[in-house]
Amino acid sequence: MGLVRNKPTITGSKTVHKDRSGRGDFFKTFSAKLYLSDGTAFDGVVPAGQANGVVGEVVFNTGMTGYVESLTDPSYTNQILVFTFPLIGNYDVQLADIESEKIQVSGVVMSELALHGSHTDSQTSLLNWLESQNIPLLTDVDTRAITKHLRTRGTMLGSISTEPINPKSLKLESKIISIDEPIIYNEKGTKKVILVDCGAKDNILQSLLALDLHVKRVPYDYDYTTESYDGVLLSNGPGDPTDYAPTIAIAKKALAKNKPVFGICLGNQILGLAAGAETFKLPFGHRGHNQPCMDISSKHCIITSQNHGYAIDEKTLPKGWQVWFRNLNDQSIEGIRHHSKPFFSVQFHPEACPGPTDSSYLFEEFYQCL
Amino acid sequence: MPITKLSRKLAIKKALILGSGGLRIGQAGEFDYSGSQAIKALKEEGIYTVLINPNIATVQTDGDMADRVYFQPLNIETVTKILKQEKPDVLLLSFGGQTALNLGLALHDSGVLKKLGIKVLGTPVSAIKITEDRELFKVALNEIGTKTARSVATYSVKEALAAAKTIGYPIMMRSGFSLGGLGSGRIENAVQLKQRVGEVLRAVPQVLIEEYLAGWKEIEYEVVRDAAGNTITVCNMENLDPMGIHTGESIVVAPSQTLTNTEYHMLREVAIKTINHLGIIGECNIQYALNPANGDYRTIEVNARLSRSSALASKATGYPLAYVATKLILGYKLHELKNAVTGTTSAFFEPALDYLAVKMPRWDLAKLKSSDHRIGSEMKSVGEVMALGRSFPEALQKAIRMLNTGSTGLTAHPYEFDNYQDEIEHATDRRIFALYEALKAGSSVEQLHNETGIDNWFLSHLSDIQQTEAKIVEQKLDAPLLREAKQKGFADSVIATLKQTTEDAVRAQRIKLGIKPVIKQIDTLAGEFDASTNYLYTTYHGNTNDVQPLGKKAIAVLGSGPYCIGSSVEFDWCAVNTGKTLQAHGKQTIMINSNPETVSTDFDRSDRLYFEELTFERIRDIADFEDPEGIVVSVGGQIANNVALPLGQHKYNILGTSPQQIDRAEDRQKFSAMLHTLGIDQPAWVEATTLAKAKQFASEVNYPVLIRPSYVLSGGAMNVVNNEKELEHYLAAATKLSPDHPVVLSQFIMNAKELEIDGVAKDGHLLIYAISEHIENAGVHSGDATVVFPAQRLYLETVRRAKLITKQIIKNLEITGPFNIQFIAKDNELKVIECNVRASRSFPFVSKVTGHNFIAIAAEAMIGIDRGIEYQTLEYEHVGVKSPQFSYNRLKGADPVAGVEMASTGEVACFGDDLAQAFYTSWLATEQQVKQQTLFLSIPDEQKYKFVDEASELVAAGWKIYTTTGTYQYLKEHGIKTTKVHKISDKQKPSATDLVENGKLGLLVCVPSRTDDSNDARTIRRLAIDNHIPLITNAETGRLLMHCLSEPDILSATPKAWQDYKTT
Repeated sequence: MGLVRNKPTITGSKTVHKDRSGRGDFFKTFSAKLYLSDGTAFDGVVPAGQANGVVGEVVFNTGMTGYVESLTDPSYTNQILVFTFPLIGNYDVQLADIESEKIQVSGVVMSELALHGSHTDSQTSLLNWLESQNIPLLTDVDTRAITKHLRTRGTMLGSISTEPINPKSLKLESKIISIDEPIIYNEKGTKKVILVDCGAKDNILQSLLALDLHVKRVPYDYDYTTESYDGVLLSNGPGDPTDYAPTIAIAKKALAKNKPVFGICLGNQILGLAAGAETFKLPFGHRGHNQPCMDISSKHCIITSQNHGYAIDEKTLPKGWQVWFRNLNDQSIEGIRHHSKPFFSVQFHPEACPGPTDSSYLFEEFYQCL
Repeated sequence: MPITKLSRKLAIKKALILGSGGLRIGQAGEFDYSGSQAIKALKEEGIYTVLINPNIATVQTDGDMADRVYFQPLNIETVTKILKQEKPDVLLLSFGGQTALNLGLALHDSGVLKKLGIKVLGTPVSAIKITEDRELFKVALNEIGTKTARSVATYSVKEALAAAKTIGYPIMMRSGFSLGGLGSGRIENAVQLKQRVGEVLRAVPQVLIEEYLAGWKEIEYEVVRDAAGNTITVCNMENLDPMGIHTGESIVVAPSQTLTNTEYHMLREVAIKTINHLGIIGECNIQYALNPANGDYRTIEVNARLSRSSALASKATGYPLAYVATKLILGYKLHELKNAVTGTTSAFFEPALDYLAVKMPRWDLAKLKSSDHRIGSEMKSVGEVMALGRSFPEALQKAIRMLNTGSTGLTAHPYEFDNYQDEIEHATDRRIFALYEALKAGSSVEQLHNETGIDNWFLSHLSDIQQTEAKIVEQKLDAPLLREAKQKGFADSVIATLKQTTEDAVRAQRIKLGIKPVIKQIDTLAGEFDASTNYLYTTYHGNTNDVQPLGKKAIAVLGSGPYCIGSSVEFDWCAVNTGKTLQAHGKQTIMINSNPETVSTDFDRSDRLYFEELTFERIRDIADFEDPEGIVVSVGGQIANNVALPLGQHKYNILGTSPQQIDRAEDRQKFSAMLHTLGIDQPAWVEATTLAKAKQFASEVNYPVLIRPSYVLSGGAMNVVNNEKELEHYLAAATKLSPDHPVVLSQFIMNAKELEIDGVAKDGHLLIYAISEHIENAGVHSGDATVVFPAQRLYLETVRRAKLITKQIIKNLEITGPFNIQFIAKDNELKVIECNVRASRSFPFVSKVTGHNFIAIAAEAMIGIDRGIEYQTLEYEHVGVKSPQFSYNRLKGADPVAGVEMASTGEVACFGDDLAQAFYTSWLATEQQVKQQTLFLSIPDEQKYKFVDEASELVAAGWKIYTTTGTYQYLKEHGIKTTKVHKISDKQKPSATDLVENGKLGLLVCVPSRTDDSNDARTIRRLAIDNHIPLITNAETGRLLMHCLSEPDILSATPKAWQDYKTT
């Protein structure tokens, strides 16, 4: 990521802040905009010296807590994340909350960046943390206006810049986030689980380890089917699931072995594709902590944490597979399972972090199958 | 999975719902909101609904709500009778606050429900008992491994002392089975504990001695659960003031702001686990203490009912909690219900906010003489406001203005602090301003955090506001600074003062610079789904409006603002009924209000709801945007009324009486001149700027005189002085007398009657009126008086003359809409005290007694409609009596004597076949209960003669009357035998104190002497309140009550519903 020093020119933004120094972070800002690929631009301010021109798919998340977890969630790779909750950074940053080793988003947009975050365990401010990893930030933005725009027009590419950007120039290459070599955890664990890492959140690993499982975390294209194991967990991850051809192919082989397979988020789509179903892109995805889902056999309802832009097309679900969970708002598929074999997956995040913990029991259910 | 027609799950034909009675500290208007939503939900299911609630000024008791309404006391005797008459299938306990819940438990325990086959709907009684009994609660939570504060339930002083010793001082003392933290507090040592426990145990059977958690964060979650166990937390809330200050006394933000995701969801998970374990069905509230140092927590309590917090959560999120709770207890599952805001998405979801809500309590401690200004674990506030914004400073400063206590922002308050540091460390009702003063004087955030435990996040924002203020003073007011000031919540008027210019100039400048608030929707989903919601607020953190203006087809109605002494649920009733009437005539309505405890802020009550400030600036912002046909200022009480003139001067169209005429009634000089011109008599008065002038006036009209400072400092309110010495003392102590700060003195007429006319006029012609009388003689504030309608003891000539005067006044003021005129009558002479060109607090009362909706008639008049009906409002076959509801038992040290300054926090009204029956029912409905036939009677010499008949009747009815020497002797001379006790000051036993403390008394009638209110009298009054024994301090009501208590027919009357009386 090349650093480009801005000229301190003020554009026609409505919000013009000069020196906003408090006792907290020294925060000198310049007017900037979020430029979208449909030609729309939204006003805001950026910290002085921030790089222009990073491109990402602009998505919004409606969660009211958990900015640290979200920003480090690898599923947000290549995305500019708009927080609909207006006050971000209130409790600073505690590195214990991170879901991967670094901030994964391409950029962050918010209404108000906290300059006086507060928490006993605070390690750094959100501003310092973002700056330390060169993550572009746009604040003082009418985030509700962006949200309504994306809701109507669908997610699209965008870039934060102090200089005008030609919408046609916005381009993005897909990225896959994984590890290079397998990693073994808790070798003495009772049962062995393969965690297929397509950009796995840390708390998926932690949830497995909490059940005293032996976890072998493998790259997205690693063929584990020749090894011995008790179950497979297909992780979350960014982007279009059809880009994960090797993962899907290996998963197909895994299904043939009749060992338990559990998919989460992208893992749900990969399991669907491996089973023979198709996926499609939702107009603006589900990103938030309040997504209502129903287990359609028990009729039990749970609130789930979600972050996905793709879903399984119900019409293409092959024989032998059934819908497990459904979204109560738009009736989309939130989970599938095989009617006789131990293959099941959910579109939401039972590992939470951020968001509600209602579905954490699913790890236990997975464990029981092993 | 489309959800089509929902079928009712339970076969219920008839439901009875318990209300909460008169507004009092700890239990305010929020239960009108919850009860009204419950009734609406029941009626949608075709269930025949019966409501018991003596609070006549509520929307839930309107004719189009429940099928039958009982304006009856919420006590076990009366309610048992009603249950026997009505034989409902089910009883709803969770919509009438702690009153309904406690009553429901008592009915269950008495076996009545079982005998009559009545089922309690919703949370089972066994589960409610677990939530109410702290010992059972602790055991239940231990079963699922969640943490509660270390506590011991004790039933005697001895047990309490032992428990405190084990836990270690300081400890927290709490009483079981109470609302608003009554009898709770930090206890430092054994001596203090002994005294407090003794007091509390007289009122409740159980006292808890608990681990002291001061300084921990106080967090609440509102939880909704259906019978199948589907559970959500609709909202969480964080108190700015940490543990140690009652949540009703705290500034609260929703959602929590300083909790990490881990903390938020840890507590959410505990909430869901707990509520499932307890088996609650419907809605409840769970409160936690969270240790900021290490994330440890304690569950403090669960309220298994709708509460003040649930009303707040409902308004803060747009999720109609009471409505949904009702559907759930009828058997619906959450996923079978729709999100009422979107209409398409599921009710099983948790609202995502893209704004924050700040609640502030409204205190009225200055009006309650000698009550302590410190706040703590007992609730003292009488109302609250909620402000919405997209930043904390924006919402906080809005909330401060909404309180209507003279502050136009954090930096612009009217208080003079002797020692702000003391008020920071020992919180008072104005601590937020003390914090500002400290910051201004150079205190650091860290220092203030150490002193208060308030999180740095909040304090830093206060500091930011203070720094912005400094910048406004120092720097040029350019666009960036002006925008920053507005985003930080500064009012135009505050900026104007800092810049030594006018509010209009600041407004003009910012509008020219394009700095205008934008209008945003509350849609429960942070914009994720399209919602055509009409629930709105304004913010300076944004560039686009979510809605288009309604334009000329709309009318804006100004609501009441916060409940406080003098402005209560009646004005919400007026606002709601005005909106309803306007809608019935094809108008669109824009409701503006700031009070979350109201029905008018239910978003389905108006075409547009602005949860906003009722300030001149904000009303202009809204009016400029919406461009409505007109604004109604006369139905929301005094706050709305006060903006009439400035709005009128700025060419906004005020519907009804013109602002200039409203001003003629409001301005003492102008009104007096008008009466003079019309030849209408008024009590003599003068505006004095010097002590000499005050003395001169007093000697002309003779003492006593009434004093009303036009500039009030804390503590100095309206008062009566009896002689020159008192006058000097009062003027020296309470007011700054100067040409800028004059006092108004007026003649105080003794032994006179007071009457009121409530009415509606159109273009100066009378459409309808109701004449009511006070039982108390003049001198008791009309808000504290017992009001009778139709008047029972007035001469026809008096009525005729009052009506004539009324017609003259309304013609001269060209009134269109509601009005209220107060008179003093003595020896057939009528004097006018005041005229309010707005709806009064007695509008719902007279409307329900007459069966004619006065406010509907007024709303029609304001849009030019006169139905041409001749209303007959003088004679009925029934009598209505409205009684004041006091909250003295919640205010340590307040002197419970009604006087010229209003002190009641609410009111009730009941019907009867005659005055005595209506009065007695109404009095009982103010939470009174006579437990035994023993009376302590103390009357000053000049009034002793009044009590002979009543005392004689009581003794004949088997009562024992205790007296001290003077009264004893006087009654003995009239052949009435009473039992003599010592005066307290004699320091001999037995005295009245002993009678109270030994539980010997059923009632006290202690009429203070006007000229010599002794310490004895004050002691006994306070003692009666603290020991929960009914106390009467007014001669007229005392006599009437004594008469009632000697009449068996009155005591055993059958409760009748409103519908059983022929009203029109």
